Amino acid sequence: MDKFAENRHQYWRSNLKLVFSLLLIWFSVSFGCGILFADYLDQFTFFGFKLGFWFAQQGSIYIFVFLIFIYINRMKKLDEKLKSITNKDE
Amino acid sequence: MSVQSLTYLFVGITFTLYIIIAIRSRAGSTSEFYIAGKGVHPIANGMATAADWMSAASFISMAGLISFLGRDGSVYLMGWTGGYVLLALLLAPYLRKFGQYTVPDFIGTRYYSSLARIVAVICLIIVSFTYVAGQMRGVGIVFSRFLEVDINTGVIIGMAIVFFYAVLGGMKGITYTQVAQYCVLIFAYLVPAVFISILITGNPIPQMGFGDQLINEPTYLLTKLDQVMMDLGFRAYTSGVKETIDVFCITAALMLGTAGLPHVIVRFFTVPDVAAARKSAGYALVFIAILYTTAPAVASFARINLFESTHNITYTTAPEWFKNWERIGLIAWKDKNQDGKIQHAAGNAFKPIKPIFSDQIGDFGQREISNEVNLNNNNEVYIDRDIIVLASPEIANLPPWIIALVAAGALAAALSTAAGLLLVISSAVSHDLIKKTFAKNISEKKELALARSSVLVAVVIAGLFGIYPPAFVAQVVAFAFGLAAATLFPAILMGIFSKSMNKEGAIAGMLTGLIFTFSYILFFKFLNPQLNSSEYWLWGISPEGIGFVGMLLNLLVSNLLRLITPKTPIHVKEMVDNIRQP
Repeated sequence: MDKFAENRHQYWRSNLKLVFSLLLIWFSVSFGCGILFADYLDQFTFFGFKLGFWFAQQGSIYIFVFLIFIYINRMKKLDEKLKSITNKDE
Repeated sequence: MSVQSLTYLFVGITFTLYIIIAIRSRAGSTSEFYIAGKGVHPIANGMATAADWMSAASFISMAGLISFLGRDGSVYLMGWTGGYVLLALLLAPYLRKFGQYTVPDFIGTRYYSSLARIVAVICLIIVSFTYVAGQMRGVGIVFSRFLEVDINTGVIIGMAIVFFYAVLGGMKGITYTQVAQYCVLIFAYLVPAVFISILITGNPIPQMGFGDQLINEPTYLLTKLDQVMMDLGFRAYTSGVKETIDVFCITAALMLGTAGLPHVIVRFFTVPDVAAARKSAGYALVFIAILYTTAPAVASFARINLFESTHNITYTTAPEWFKNWERIGLIAWKDKNQDGKIQHAAGNAFKPIKPIFSDQIGDFGQREISNEVNLNNNNEVYIDRDIIVLASPEIANLPPWIIALVAAGALAAALSTAAGLLLVISSAVSHDLIKKTFAKNISEKKELALARSSVLVAVVIAGLFGIYPPAFVAQVVAFAFGLAAATLFPAILMGIFSKSMNKEGAIAGMLTGLIFTFSYILFFKFLNPQLNSSEYWLWGISPEGIGFVGMLLNLLVSNLLRLITPKTPIHVKEMVDNIRQP
């Protein structure tokens, strides 16, 4: 594999890894805390809310926003890295 | 000034604003018409996406639904926001890199097949028209209640405005009007929510207010609401009755469907580059989350206010809003125990659920109904869920200008979504069907003229939906999300993440998803509504959630078929490699 293809391959691998870990969090806060374990979490109180209820109606949404911004930042760094390596090779 | 003249004023000002913006940002080329010339700033695109996305359903109906469903209503909150994570991480950047005009463009090119393109167009049209019908109903409700014009006149006014700026401005005009509409709608949503939150809990932030203590007693609002509801025989507000598997599947179908909605996806084609596409998905979710985190607060405030202002209250002294909404048929009261007082309790007050008004007036001045009275419970009231947001400023006794503001906001929400939908429908027809399939040689000028006339046709059809609303409008919402989840989403996803997915697999997958989801919903919602309950559903999954199963079937069929059919051509693999790079 030539250097150029190798770099692109590396970029794609890091991208997939990032997306996968963010989606894992995405799944655990919404389907996990908000649905599957909501009843269990409801025994805890959080600012006047039952915790499971809070995740379902508030918390998961905040975390969704947060996840996208992490993604934006990480991808920006990855893009820059790919660009600088490609430029150096040329 | 009265509520009505204030409403005329606000609606008049906002409509004029939209028209001025449309005139200033007219489209001159097909690129400007379809995708605003790829020159939209990520923040502007985030706002436009938020307005495009938040429809009459989000603005008018969602808080009402949550208000009556309690925790089960969370499926809408998580489903309609979680989809943006999928959109941002899995679709938007790559589709922007691909850089064409429409969703069927991507599917047609990636799967090197006109048939794939046409299947995508069919899915897109079913999904989008279903959605438009709902917007028109929203416009109708607002006009008839607040401007006291005939629903048909209201729909025609709304359609004329949308027609004007969609035909003139195309995507460019729509984008900048949507930015203005977002500002109107979010302001209109937040102002009453903040006021009500202060009135009930003293906390000016509604998102925290509904977890706070009540202002007049040291009890948490949600604890009190649970208490009041259980006393009246309801289950607690913060508990759910839906089966976990059903809640899971509905949430998943709504998320995947959101990520697969063509009018939302196409918004990410309008920004300058890949990084801007990612950013604008982030901003879009911020702007959406402002409303979506307020909605559950509005829902619980409205529910507790509803009980406090009308339960055990004599009808003749009941608040004015109760009678206003009764007059247009969205509230009905039957004095079952003949005590002249309004009583709420669990269960439906009548059979059928929706009131059928006779022309008679009852002993207390109420509109009599001819439904069979349901004597199995003590509930005397029918309240249409759609009125909760519109009525909550009145319920909380807020000043008339806030009520007028909410009306203008609801119209902004309905019109912005309708315009976005009409544009994707018309570009699918003029670009994908005519230019790319049947008449490949037409000039750009001709295509632009065609695009404009297909908006006209789409507007007229949507207007007809509004004037002659199909009785099933409410039921068909499940179609839009379920079908988008089972057809377009997996086709695009595999197109980006699996180089070996070929045209045979993708087409068969989309058709499987389409036919399975369509027939399941058709069977339970239209052919056999009497069987529409969990004991007859497949694994206890309701028609609302079946799109998730449809998506899994799509993935299964497409991946099996690709193994035994010819491989993806090399130039398509190179194209996929290319869209994976920033």
